[in-house]
Amino acid sequence: MKEYLALFIGSVIVNNFVLTRFLGLCIFFGVSKSLNASLGMGMAVTSVITLSSILAWLVYNCILLPLGLTFLKTIVFVVLIASFVQLLELIIKKQAPALYNMWGIYLVLIATNCIVLSVPILSVESNYGFGMSTVFAIGSGLGFALALVLMASLREKLVYADVPKALEGSGVAFIVAGMLSLAFLGFSGMI
Amino acid sequence: MYTAIMILVVMAGIGTVFGFILAFANKKFSMEVNPLIHIVEDVLPKGQCGACGYAGCMAYAEAVVLNQEVPPNLCVPGKDVVAKAVAELTGKAAEKVEPRVAHIRCRGTVDKATSSYEYKGIEDCAAASLVQGGPKGCKNGCVGFGNCVGSCPFGAMSMGDKGLPIVDMKKCTGCGACEAACPKKVIQMISMNAHVKVDCNSKDKGAVARKVCTVACIGCGICAKNCSYGAIEIKDNLAVVDHKICAEKCSEATCFAKCPTKAIGVAHQLKVSESINLKATV
Repeated sequence: MKEYLALFIGSVIVNNFVLTRFLGLCIFFGVSKSLNASLGMGMAVTSVITLSSILAWLVYNCILLPLGLTFLKTIVFVVLIASFVQLLELIIKKQAPALYNMWGIYLVLIATNCIVLSVPILSVESNYGFGMSTVFAIGSGLGFALALVLMASLREKLVYADVPKALEGSGVAFIVAGMLSLAFLGFSGMI
Repeated sequence: MYTAIMILVVMAGIGTVFGFILAFANKKFSMEVNPLIHIVEDVLPKGQCGACGYAGCMAYAEAVVLNQEVPPNLCVPGKDVVAKAVAELTGKAAEKVEPRVAHIRCRGTVDKATSSYEYKGIEDCAAASLVQGGPKGCKNGCVGFGNCVGSCPFGAMSMGDKGLPIVDMKKCTGCGACEAACPKKVIQMISMNAHVKVDCNSKDKGAVARKVCTVACIGCGICAKNCSYGAIEIKDNLAVVDHKICAEKCSEATCFAKCPTKAIGVAHQLKVSESINLKATV
């Protein structure tokens, strides 16, 4: 139980995917302009990461490992995630149109994102069991959502700040992201 | 050799399995899409401006085809041509697109409206409004830092020297960008055919409104009483004109004649109103 908790906190805060591992940065800057959009994106990423990493774990441990083809994991996971997101989009569109209206545009963006690919890869490389890899995926997704929501809240306030003309928009967003990342670096060594 | 064959088998296997799952899901979860929606979408200008009130051209096409109550003339940039085509496709009655212009509902220039404190922060209406509702005495009036001027994609707005923005009627397309940019909702899109307009946004009681601005609407209701068609209503101490009734029924407007603060007036700048009888102004 203790190691699950440590892994969870570790993946949400200490080894936050965006702010300490620098993955998933394109969505991080692209969708962090408004709090609402970032919440939707955070939820979509969390659920996609969790489900696709469960699937990836199964494929890796039941097919690739027994056949000795572990070096194929990257390309297999890419195929897995891309088709899985497509499937999820089809299902959500039919079964939950309200959810589709909220998430639909983000799902396609997620399909080719590095953070979604890196979570299953890291978890099979660390030889996590099924439970551990699921907890790791949920934690990573929540960590991403946390970073996104923090950034969106800052950027919503930033609109009213007196920013030098040359730094308006993306420039100041990069600086803020850097400072946010420095703050998260302070957690390192905690676990 | 064994590895190479296994790679082929595994990749082909996974690809086929997922291919079949996706094909099956596509069939099972397929949505019946009305083909008319795509035809209507092709007719729309696809500027995705959102002036119709929907998220984009596709969303409007969907709404106008599926919902009988959505009128075919909501596309402002498309004007009459698009409205006509959409109406034909959907079998709805073609109505003309109401040409709209931005109307600034405030006349509280620096000499007419009081200010409650001196603001020295960022020159931005939204930021200034966060500090006790803005530096102006009237908390519903124009803040005057020109967020609307900056938001206008057509360069139709400029800042006047007395702290109020000015709309260039020739350049204004009625897109509504300034309406969205104004934190006080001072700007409103009104029909070009409107006869009269209320130049005030104050929702304060008469005495309070008068105290902070000499040209405010005090909600006395004299204009409403003088309108024989019931087009004017007092809502939250503010006269609100129903421009539809006004444009259709009234040809000789008298409502504004007795306004004590001249907060309601003829829509001079608008082309059609120039032709209506303006005897009452004298």
